[in-house]
Amino acid sequence: MTRNDIKELIMEIIADIDEDADFDSLKPDQPLRDQLDLDSMDFLDIVMELRKRHKLQIPEEDYPQLASLDSCVNYLEPLLKDA
Amino acid sequence: MCVDHDKLSDNYDVIIIGSGLGGLTTANRLAYCGHRVLLLEFHHQLGGLATWFKRRGHIFDISLHGFPYGMVKTCKKYWNREIMQSIVQLKNIVFDNPQFSLRTTFTREDFTSILRNYFKIPQTTLDRFFTTVAGMNFYDDQSMTTRELFDQFFPGRTDVHRLLMEPITYANGSTLDDPAITYGIVFSNFMNKGVYTFEGGTDKLIRMMTDELTKSGVTICTNAKVDRIIVEDKKVRGIVTRGKTISARAVVSNSGITNTIYDLVGREGFSDDFLEKADAIRVNNSSCQVYFGIKKDSVIKDAGDLLFTSASPRFDSEELLDLHTRSKTFSIYYPKTRPGHDRHTIVASMNSRFDDWSLMDEATYKEQKKRLIDRTLIDLERYFPGVREKIDWMEAATPKTFKRYTLHTLGTSFGTKFEGLDVSRSLYKEIAGLFHVGSVGIIMSGWLGAINYGVIVANDADGFLRSATAQ
Ligand SMILES: Cc1cc2nc3c(=O)[nH]c(=O)nc-3n(C[C@H](O)[C@H](O)[C@H](O)COP(=O)(O)OP(=O)(O)OC[C@H]3O[C@@H](n4cnc5c(N)ncnc54)[C@H](O)[C@@H]3O)c2cc1C
Repeated sequence: MTRNDIKELIMEIIADIDEDADFDSLKPDQPLRDQLDLDSMDFLDIVMELRKRHKLQIPEEDYPQLASLDSCVNYLEPLLKDA
Repeated sequence: MCVDHDKLSDNYDVIIIGSGLGGLTTANRLAYCGHRVLLLEFHHQLGGLATWFKRRGHIFDISLHGFPYGMVKTCKKYWNREIMQSIVQLKNIVFDNPQFSLRTTFTREDFTSILRNYFKIPQTTLDRFFTTVAGMNFYDDQSMTTRELFDQFFPGRTDVHRLLMEPITYANGSTLDDPAITYGIVFSNFMNKGVYTFEGGTDKLIRMMTDELTKSGVTICTNAKVDRIIVEDKKVRGIVTRGKTISARAVVSNSGITNTIYDLVGREGFSDDFLEKADAIRVNNSSCQVYFGIKKDSVIKDAGDLLFTSASPRFDSEELLDLHTRSKTFSIYYPKTRPGHDRHTIVASMNSRFDDWSLMDEATYKEQKKRLIDRTLIDLERYFPGVREKIDWMEAATPKTFKRYTLHTLGTSFGTKFEGLDVSRSLYKEIAGLFHVGSVGIIMSGWLGAINYGVIVANDADGFLRSATAQ
């Protein structure tokens, strides 16, 4: 997957969690939590969805890596390079 | 929808023991993740404490008194839109005790205005208090108690302490001596937007959840008590139910955490360190309830949805637990609760100690139940004068009743105190593939807590099932 594919993937998962999420004004380097009103349960949903779709196992200590769109892409890029 | 016990397969990916809201949610999520799920329930009805019973045309709800707004999002994400759409607000919450009588929507806005105008607390103190409790997390320092929190913001104001604490004590059995963070988390959940209920009643909710589970492909079997969890080499292998052995790579127990450790696995399955922690778990209190059914064509006036009443001069969690407590909540179910059913019912709830009831001989038990009903009826008449004439069904439940239906240690209504959470969360480190879901740690109890915990544990179990160890 390219960096852009990964970005699309994350946004698609978030859109399933919250259909009202506004991606237009989303700053990729800022925390998703503050901009989209996501709570810790929502992040768990992202983790579960990534495991379901791409068999990715994200250990709990890595959850902070999912904080912003940019950090998600950085973290997932090596993991999804063959996906 | 429910499979006969003798038609069950010998093997599933994962077995869920118990169908409380935690177990139901874990089952649904794991099926969604693509696993073959078996759900076994001891009782003939699904739902655990989220339950109801029918008498003479009345339907009595056991634990539908109110839950936080967070249920809307949670039900939408982890169940379905229809379930979410049945969630409605209870707008009239009443407090009546020797210190104050008032009516509130139980929202931050309304509470702030009551605390400012009626209790004369400065706005700046209120802002600081609300910000403090809203910022609390379960991983924060837990050394401060709720009593210390209240003394810090409202020193000497036993009336304010009562307003803030009494509803939470009824909601989860916690007291002023429990960690302030458990208070902060639960109280803030309610303050968000007030108190909500499920229109159509508990029976409708559980019916909708059962339909969803069937759609997701979960195999459900009721009247199926699990007697033992099979463990070999520190790995879970399956369970035994009514003499039948069923294997699985993972087992999620929604039985109480103490029941799971001592009754289903047995002490021999655990390390000494773990047992030391488990032995220190304190379970929460149990409950008594009195159910009143109003005759078919009789009507009662609207006196509020949820009444926190007490004749005790001060709030005291020991008084709330006493056999003869003068403190109780009344939930009034008007016809709006079950549109089309058009009946009124009233459920009085009290916190209660298991041993106060379990040690009575049969005759005393019967007599005490009768007296409980009599006392409760007298209190009810203060709010609905003459209601006695309109009642055609009265019945009481005690801690023994709760124990009989859920098997929970000491009939606990709200799981365990804070320390139970860590034990529940670390079970799988002792026995690979074994997980616990259900009321623990105060914060993971109640309808919202149990459902959200179901999601968290489903994530753990899914991670395990897809890992190398589970293959
Ligand atoms: C009187 C009362 C009033 C309440 N009011 C409210 C309220 O207004 N709002 C709110 O949010 N919460 C309320 N609660 C709390 C709420 O009902 C519970 O926290 C929640 O429903 C618990 O869900 P759970 O997943 O922990 O499982 P439980 O509901 O405890 O269910 C556990 C299930 O496991 C089954 N089981 C146990 N052992 C076995 C076995 N060996 N084999 C097979 N099955 C087994 C039991 O039969 C049961 O069905 C109330 C509780 C009580 C008692």
